[in-house]
Amino acid sequence: MLARVLIRPKTGVVDPQGKAVERALPTLGFEGVEDVRVGRMVELRTDDPDRLSELCEKLLANPLIEDYEIELEGEGSQLSHGGDEEEV
Amino acid sequence: MTRFGVIRFPGSCDETDALLACERVGEAELLWHRDPDLKGVDAVVVPGGFSYGDYLRCGAIARFAPVMESVIGFAAEGGPVLGICNGFQVLCEAGLLPGALLPNEDLKFLCRQVDLVVEDDSAAWTSACTVGERLSIPVKHTTGRYFAPSDQLERVEHDGQVILRYAPGQNPNGSLHEIAGVRNEAGNVVGLMPHPEHAVDPLTGSTDGLRLFESAARVAAAA
Repeated sequence: MLARVLIRPKTGVVDPQGKAVERALPTLGFEGVEDVRVGRMVELRTDDPDRLSELCEKLLANPLIEDYEIELEGEGSQLSHGGDEEEV
Repeated sequence: MTRFGVIRFPGSCDETDALLACERVGEAELLWHRDPDLKGVDAVVVPGGFSYGDYLRCGAIARFAPVMESVIGFAAEGGPVLGICNGFQVLCEAGLLPGALLPNEDLKFLCRQVDLVVEDDSAAWTSACTVGERLSIPVKHTTGRYFAPSDQLERVEHDGQVILRYAPGQNPNGSLHEIAGVRNEAGNVVGLMPHPEHAVDPLTGSTDGLRLFESAARVAAAA
């Protein structure tokens, strides 16, 4: 089964990449774009999608600083939330 | 004489300087990432560099190297372990140290000499230092912004696990609470972003980095 894992910085974690992209947009004429977060996407095939969360927790994401979302082909996605932190 | 082991991962680049630094206070040998044998060393250094290309996240893949299983066991038994820069990231990923390292606030690679203030002299790698002492040691990294979720950060501060802070006005990367280095609860495992192994010879401007290696040698000799 094809799966996509979307990984992004947690809400409370400052994301300088996202901020850099956000700051660049108005100079290109894209106004009103906010809250840009830059993460990464891992695509994989697996026979055992039930273990995907464990795989994410152990390797693909660092739960201290990142949230992840698993998308299975033909199904919706499930979002893993960490505890929300205030912006630091 | 204290025997230090310095790990080499594919992509390590500071293991040679780490070996030379260890040899100033003891004997040192390389440990290969695929070999779980720690060769009976008294202390382990996880050096800087770009282990496994820093793919996925810095330190994330190195944490699963065969040698790291042994290092985790060695640390659990109280053995002194030091993670420098990428090594610090590896130890955080391995759960041996609290927190995580994020990209520098300004996204730039930094390479400069900084002053550090010793906050704790009970750790295996700071026992030869004095609280309040300043050390001049270089930093060189892109991913060195110390972060821990607020509850964990509170515990780290409360338990005195911050061992080194950037001197006032010298936080180079946006680290929370100016944190440059932390220890585990027991004090035998230490990680820091600055490079003490690059500050062991007057030729490069400072010998303050030696204090950390002297500390471990002292602890190992007493064990």
